[in-house]
Amino acid sequence: MKPFQYLRPKSVAEAISMAADYPEAQYIAGGTNLVDLMKRGIASPSKLIDINHLPLKKIEHRYDRLRIGALALNSDVAKHKSVVSRQPLLAQALLAGASGQLRNMATVGGNLLQRTRCSYFYDLALPCNKRKPGAGCGAEAGINRTHAIFFAGNGFGGNEKSACIAVHPSDMCVALTALDTEVVINGTGGERRVLLKDFHRLSTLQPELDTNLQPGELVTAIEVTDNAFAQHSHYLKVRDRASYAFALVSVAAALQMDGGRIWDARMALGGVAHKPWRYWAIDLMLRGQAPSEKLFREVAEHEMQSAKATEQNAFKIKLTSNAIVAALKAATGIS
Amino acid sequence: MNRQSLENPSDTSLSRVDGAAKVTGTAIYSAEYAVPGIVHAVLVTSTIAKGSITAIESHEAETVPGVLAVISHLNAITVPGWPPKKQPAERVPPGTAFRVFYDSLIYFDGQPVAMIVAGTHEQAAHAASLVRVTYRQEAHQTHFEKNMGKSGIPLNAQRAQNSPFQDYERGDASALHNADVRIDAEYTIPTQHHQPLEPHAIIAVWEGDDKLTVYDKNQGVKSAQGQLAQAFKLPRENVEVVSKYIGGAFGSGIRVWPHTLAAVIAAKQLKRPVKLVLGREQMFTSVGYRPYTKQKISIGAVKDGRLAGIVHEGTGQTSMYEEHLERTVFASRALYACPHVATRYRLLPLDVNTPTWMRGPGDATGMFALESAMDELAYALKTDPLEFRLKNYAESDPERNLPWSAKSLRECYELGAEKIGWKNRLPEPRSVKRNGMLLGYGMASSLYGFHRHPSRARAVMQADGSVIVQSATMDIGPGTGTAMTRIAAKVLGMNAQKVRFDLGHSALPDAPGQNGSSTIPSVGSAVHVVCEALKSKLIALAGEMSDRFKATGQVVAKNGQLFSPAEDKDGLSYADILKYHHLNELEVMEESKSGAERDQYSMYSFGCHFVEVEVNPLTGEVRVTRVVTCADVGAIINYKTARSQSIGGIVGGIGMALMEHSAMDHRFGRYVTTDFASYHIPVHADVPPIEVYYIDKPDVQANPIGSKGLGEIAIVGVAGAIANAVFHATGKRLRELPITPDKLI
Repeated sequence: MKPFQYLRPKSVAEAISMAADYPEAQYIAGGTNLVDLMKRGIASPSKLIDINHLPLKKIEHRYDRLRIGALALNSDVAKHKSVVSRQPLLAQALLAGASGQLRNMATVGGNLLQRTRCSYFYDLALPCNKRKPGAGCGAEAGINRTHAIFFAGNGFGGNEKSACIAVHPSDMCVALTALDTEVVINGTGGERRVLLKDFHRLSTLQPELDTNLQPGELVTAIEVTDNAFAQHSHYLKVRDRASYAFALVSVAAALQMDGGRIWDARMALGGVAHKPWRYWAIDLMLRGQAPSEKLFREVAEHEMQSAKATEQNAFKIKLTSNAIVAALKAATGIS
Repeated sequence: MNRQSLENPSDTSLSRVDGAAKVTGTAIYSAEYAVPGIVHAVLVTSTIAKGSITAIESHEAETVPGVLAVISHLNAITVPGWPPKKQPAERVPPGTAFRVFYDSLIYFDGQPVAMIVAGTHEQAAHAASLVRVTYRQEAHQTHFEKNMGKSGIPLNAQRAQNSPFQDYERGDASALHNADVRIDAEYTIPTQHHQPLEPHAIIAVWEGDDKLTVYDKNQGVKSAQGQLAQAFKLPRENVEVVSKYIGGAFGSGIRVWPHTLAAVIAAKQLKRPVKLVLGREQMFTSVGYRPYTKQKISIGAVKDGRLAGIVHEGTGQTSMYEEHLERTVFASRALYACPHVATRYRLLPLDVNTPTWMRGPGDATGMFALESAMDELAYALKTDPLEFRLKNYAESDPERNLPWSAKSLRECYELGAEKIGWKNRLPEPRSVKRNGMLLGYGMASSLYGFHRHPSRARAVMQADGSVIVQSATMDIGPGTGTAMTRIAAKVLGMNAQKVRFDLGHSALPDAPGQNGSSTIPSVGSAVHVVCEALKSKLIALAGEMSDRFKATGQVVAKNGQLFSPAEDKDGLSYADILKYHHLNELEVMEESKSGAERDQYSMYSFGCHFVEVEVNPLTGEVRVTRVVTCADVGAIINYKTARSQSIGGIVGGIGMALMEHSAMDHRFGRYVTTDFASYHIPVHADVPPIEVYYIDKPDVQANPIGSKGLGEIAIVGVAGAIANAVFHATGKRLRELPITPDKLI
């Protein structure tokens, strides 16, 4: 690990001004990903701005919105009354991620900003476009069993060339993407808001950029507007072991039902793309329909038409399709 | 509620004697010794699999504050036990242990090429990241399947006349043609790594030029002492090896590895104590692994269910510089009463580091294939897999034509079947669902050869009547000290609190390393024998004090006292015996080893595993939901730690069957799954209730304590039992490990 200077701002404003003064600095919150990146030599900030003590931990429900401070711990969010009752999908996704110990350290803001766990990204001796643009993608013709099947341009007329086939590792972000979450960001220019769907980036030709966060900006909160999905939402995570493993595929399904029919639907997929993959057409396909395995299978296969496998991950296309069916069955309660 | 006490309410076994030290952090592990003046080392490892180093650019690294040295083949001291270097460097012939910092040649990716030594670990790690090594790269071969044609008979088998690795045949394997039902199948086990949670670590301390102390994580202090003495041409007694606590090893510590020598070289060169702790990613190329192995089995039976023949071929991966041999095909020779058996074992040298023994070495690999094939054949015969095994039960050793010293495998089968509810299982695959999950049951046998090595132990009775027992044995986790304490306390009729057992130090009496399930059979016997000898001495001394102890046959030891006759109310305490004779202590040393019984009997540990799995029909996720394991290892010394050892083996087997896979990118000859995020081992959520049962019947032929090894049979067969249960649940026969969701959807 490269030696670094440790800074401890007293306020959000001071943190932002420090980041503006030192472009090579990085914020550190729970450190559950950044410390690993520093140990492996992938991140080497000369200054760390420790924001852990800033007043960004609050979780509150006001008017029609749930606001979660960026420093709220994953474990605190998962058990918060308002989260469990109003956005159970988020609680389920959080509990499906990492381990108890990590959730006790990891923050919501840090979870948004965690980097891919692609092995090529983590090994300085192997090529990686995300770590070193232009170096080539090691995974493309290498070990890519866990890599992406959806890319930029999917569903909009074919696949564009992608310089990175890594996937976004978060569970929380998959649920939040389905729930139309807004990210609150502070910078030298004041506060701005971005929909989570526009926060992360597909890889395209600039895979070094995971998000549209500008240098020095600080995520201060996320907000989820109330919805009617609580009774019929389900987070399904398929993984190589029962816990403490990144998703091979995950599905966040949020449905509104009445009189045995589906009236509103949101879905996002994890482990399949460079960012949480929103299944946009699902609402159109399910609205007004009665749940059935046959319908869910059609819905699943529709989205998978635009999926594209690499050498070792063709199974993910079928697995994702099956996972969508299983998640919809669980969300609607049909067997 | 304590599950163990429910299973065995009459259990009186000891809790771990070092348990409190371990859970409170007072147990000192290899990297934790406080040595004055210690400096810290970090390895720089090669990023190519074959070639040679052309330059090591270390100027930037040397400017990092605190850096004391950059050691490499360019400046490392000469290791006196190694041959003089050749100019230009020449590749070593197979059979030569890798020599660290010896010359410019690269034999495998991850090979140590340089080492930074600095005042702190952080300084060394940072400096190591600044070293630039350039190579002249040569084409490497690491892909097993693509190089299968280059496999051959091990040199060991070619050179040694009675090598068990030679081709084997009994009867006429072509008898397979007469089989009514026959299975021909191929099995693949990928490279799997031990990855104990404690990384390998060493502190090397030279006192002057000819005295070396190492605090080193290994599984055999005596063997490490010998290897280090040989390398540095020192008298054995000038090398002290301390390895008292070990945070898991599973075979990774059986030999002295290059990083150990690297630390010793650095300490000598700098005349400072040097600490080296391997990084997790370095653990994938530094301390061996279970080798990638391909097996073929042809097995057939006649209609009534008797085996007609078995042909078992296995090919394992090894390095270009050493042969690593395993018992991969041996189980097929001994487990079943089959008149016609042929086995062939081959090695495939690749540009990789040398594999090593990993729990159940060879047998865990081979039994996955054999027990999968037996299961498949049973289904083909429309016979119950358990009945099929019983039909081919070997009443004596069919390989050596000797009676078993003891074998209660039939009782294991019966007990396991009863506990899991085997008779309620519907034979048809993919026929039962529970909560939407496909439910399956599978079973497999387990066996492992009996290993007993000459062992010595010392027992020293103290003036206060407590006893210290010592042997240079090890504890990599099974609870050696606890079991030995139990043996000593039982023989001497003492409270276990009054027994102290010392291990893990090379100055203690000779004992084998902890491997091959040999510790209880070997060292347990020595401890038993030495405590018997101490008791005899105490009785003799008591006889000088009072006539009633002269009838030695009727003297009984209990509560730290001698009684004669046994029912006498007044005993004579050990403390009083020593006091009467003005003795500060009373010391006895004994050796224990096998005798002629090894030629008269065939000795094995036996067992079986019954497994219940649930498979998600949509996602292909397999969850082991229940395991019943039964073992016949002779007498159980300490039920509580034995049970933990069995559970650990099952957990390892779950990892082997469902998760563990070290994936290599062959374009680079480099592993890419080099952390716990990508190399999966079971977590708590993967481990179901595991029920452990023992026949607990002493094998009186084996040794004075009637106890055989448990460590290996705990894992041998588990992967097969799980694969068989997955077949029963899904109708899919998977012959390649690990069984991951992609293979089941």
